[in-house]
Amino acid sequence: MKHEMTNKEYGEYVKKKTPNSTILKNCVKAFLIGGLICAIGEGFITLYKAIGLDEESAATFESITLVFLGALLTGLDIYPKIAKHAGAGTVVPITGFANSVVSPALEAKTEGMVLGTGAKIFTIAGPVILYGALASWVAGLIYWVTSMI
Amino acid sequence: MDTVIEFIKAFVVGGLICVIGQILIDKTQLTPARILVTFVVSGVVLQFFGIYEPLVSFAGAGATVPLTGFGYNLCKGAYRAVAEKGLLGAFTGGLTAAAGGVCAAIVFGFLVAVVFRSKSKT
Repeated sequence: MKHEMTNKEYGEYVKKKTPNSTILKNCVKAFLIGGLICAIGEGFITLYKAIGLDEESAATFESITLVFLGALLTGLDIYPKIAKHAGAGTVVPITGFANSVVSPALEAKTEGMVLGTGAKIFTIAGPVILYGALASWVAGLIYWVTSMI
Repeated sequence: MDTVIEFIKAFVVGGLICVIGQILIDKTQLTPARILVTFVVSGVVLQFFGIYEPLVSFAGAGATVPLTGFGYNLCKGAYRAVAEKGLLGAFTGGLTAAAGGVCAAIVFGFLVAVVFRSKSKT
């Protein structure tokens, strides 16, 4: 098995070991998996519009469906396995939000239904809702003030 | 095929938004929780400046499925409610618009937590 590495091979070896190529690889995987999840979302919107829902209801039902799938796949331990490879591709979509609700809730099950599951279910969703709602309140307030002028 | 193009746009734009998240994770060591918070607030800010709506019109689910879309939804809801009810809308609009997703996360999150067992960290 022993053989001298050619310059080209060595170059490739070094490239493989350098962080930048790792980042590139991670980005490609995040792009493919994240893109796929969004395309699936688009599929649900198309489906829900086809059965007669208006644009907004179709979009909301699509979110609900993806949250359901993200939660279920987390319970089945499938989502964490995809996440190992996809990184941000599984974190950033709304399925990742569902995952962030389910995993701490599952882990805290032994601590009881109230302070275990009940409290930990918001470990990550809590901050997301807090800062999201806060930002939307600020945006709404500024919009209200500017509309008065 | 218009539908095919819609899917490609959703795939590419959604994928690119995830790539931004991946770069943040790799370059800044931001934890996934902070990524989620950052993306939601970014969505609110982008919509505040009217930048996100065109992206949603262009890419559909490619822009609404990533958590920035959740922020977009919050901000859009707040605007719409302020236009209808004034100051009260700033309090009710955001969460009202996000209520479907949030309640789904609570309901399905709870049910899954009750039905399944933790596969414990490896």
